[in-house]
Amino acid sequence: MRYLLRRVVHGAVVLVAVSILSFLLLHLAPGEFFAEMRLNPQIAPGTVDALRAQYGLDRALPVQYGLWMRSVLKGEFGYSFAYNQPVSSLLWPRVRNTLLLNTVALVIAWLLAVTLGTWSAARPGKWEDRLCAITSSTLLVIPDLMLALALLMLAVRTRWFPAGGMVAIDFADLSAGSKVKDLGAHLFLPATVIVLGTFPLLYRHVRSSVSESLTLPFVRAARGYGIRRTQLLFRQALPAAANPLVSLLGLSFGTLLSASLLVEVVLGWPGLGPMLLESILSRDVYVVIAVVLLSAALVILGGLLADVLLYWSDPRIRTDAP
Amino acid sequence: MTRVQKIAVPLAALIAVHLLVVFAGFFAPYDAATQFREHPYSPPSRVHLRDGQGHVHLRPFVYAWRNNGNFAEYEEDAGRIMPIQFFVRGDRYSMLHIFHSSVHLFGIEEPAHIFILGSDGYGRDQFSRLLFGGQISLFSGLLAAALSLALGLLCGSAGGYFGGLLDALLMRTSEVFLALPWLYLLFAVRAFLPLRMSPAGTFLLLIGIIGAVGWTRPARLVRGIVLSAKERNYVLAARGFGATDWYLVRRHVLPQTRGVLLTQAAILIPQFILAEVTLSFLGLGVAEPVPSWGNMLSALQQYNVLSSYWWMIIPGPALIPIFLSYYLLARSFEQQV
Repeated sequence: MRYLLRRVVHGAVVLVAVSILSFLLLHLAPGEFFAEMRLNPQIAPGTVDALRAQYGLDRALPVQYGLWMRSVLKGEFGYSFAYNQPVSSLLWPRVRNTLLLNTVALVIAWLLAVTLGTWSAARPGKWEDRLCAITSSTLLVIPDLMLALALLMLAVRTRWFPAGGMVAIDFADLSAGSKVKDLGAHLFLPATVIVLGTFPLLYRHVRSSVSESLTLPFVRAARGYGIRRTQLLFRQALPAAANPLVSLLGLSFGTLLSASLLVEVVLGWPGLGPMLLESILSRDVYVVIAVVLLSAALVILGGLLADVLLYWSDPRIRTDAP
Repeated sequence: MTRVQKIAVPLAALIAVHLLVVFAGFFAPYDAATQFREHPYSPPSRVHLRDGQGHVHLRPFVYAWRNNGNFAEYEEDAGRIMPIQFFVRGDRYSMLHIFHSSVHLFGIEEPAHIFILGSDGYGRDQFSRLLFGGQISLFSGLLAAALSLALGLLCGSAGGYFGGLLDALLMRTSEVFLALPWLYLLFAVRAFLPLRMSPAGTFLLLIGIIGAVGWTRPARLVRGIVLSAKERNYVLAARGFGATDWYLVRRHVLPQTRGVLLTQAAILIPQFILAEVTLSFLGLGVAEPVPSWGNMLSALQQYNVLSSYWWMIIPGPALIPIFLSYYLLARSFEQQV
């Protein structure tokens, strides 16, 4: 338990370091949100100065950091210049959309990887195994940007799937059933791209750890007793192979906010990705910091989660832990 | 395939692609910026050997595209056979800023144009832009990976060899880097820097950002190797004979990192090429009129391009054989180590 506590403290320190670093760099960077306003002859210089004072941009950097930290603790994450709102009110709907997309995609990718990985590990060298190996290698060398664009092109040409966005224009008027259907149709393309992008790596890890565990003596003994193959694979071999996979699951959890960044931008999913890009281009610094910080927090949390899961699932680690 | 072939084949493919790109001026029929405004979005020219009357020509030819009155709709003008000529004079170009020439591998006579991969919205030849854009995209990946590996080698070996405070500092820093999702980190660092710059400035900036962001993994791997290498008996023996730190690192420790560095290079280069393509695609990288595979693809953010002009996606598929070669290289390096 002491070990876990240390990890939590360590994670918090890393987060604070990330926040200070990003805060410092963003404020020292050339160009700011109000720079363009200054060039506008219709806005008096005094107005711009007043605006800057209102947002606290005229204060010393440590003071600004302190003010910002206070607003983080209040759950506001600073103020967006472009929307004149606390960042949190912009952030949460986006976080919800991104989480929805990534959760669906990662669950599917994991289910596929675990079943196919276990299945092909049990048939090394057979055609099913070869097919899976070739598919995963092929997917590995196709960049996800290319995949997203190609699928988008297909969707636009065939009109099988809505191209871009999250819901139809008349979403509010739909009945509950068709709302789900509409959301599903919009979800299909971005989720497919993410599944195809993450599947090969997961599949390889599953396959290699299961095929390793199939050589363990107790699995061989179980085979000798004539236990059915499915039961042997999923009850004996897969749990024995679980440790590296649990760590991978933690990492996977850490990417729940970030895996879809590019896909969201290309396919117009209203998640964190488009917001981050837009705020970078307009130098809306607090939005950038909030998004970066949030995704970093989730990555750290993912690592922590992996440790907790390992601790819970494997008695060997429980006794070894210092 | 033998072990040597497994490395030689993808390596040869990569060298061929890079030569094609470096000597883009010669292999491309036009300059990357040459516009034929009256031919926006022409489809790829079809190369024929047999004409409408059934006569077979020795020299391959194309028909001139004739605009049918609507925007970007063309048909082949069967009356105008334009033979493809080799080693023709055209736009002036420089290769590596050393040779200057105007001889192109192939081309056809004005006023017709040859667009073997079609043309974009300004009537610029996609094939020429693909080759010139490769200069930016492929070499930014290559140079960024070199930078990353150099940084990784420096930090990893210094931290691993000397240990202590330096090591702790480097490793904690790398943890901060690793806590951020890679693409986010790239975006964030890009956000700190000026958005509008000269093309050459942006190119160097991108290499700097991508290389600096990617140093952590090679550094940690190198550190691990150095940590185990410096405790080997022959290293301890050499130290006993009075070898200096610099000699030990250079002679005994660094050579052991070769395999890992090669594998990392083959893994990082495609990742970094993709990073440049992604940034330029999103408008955070190299900007028009200089072509990069990323900003060429960004034309696909327009609906009409997506629905009507499929050849605009070509830089995407062009990445696949390159990534495949690097992937095969990485795999055979891994097996060797």
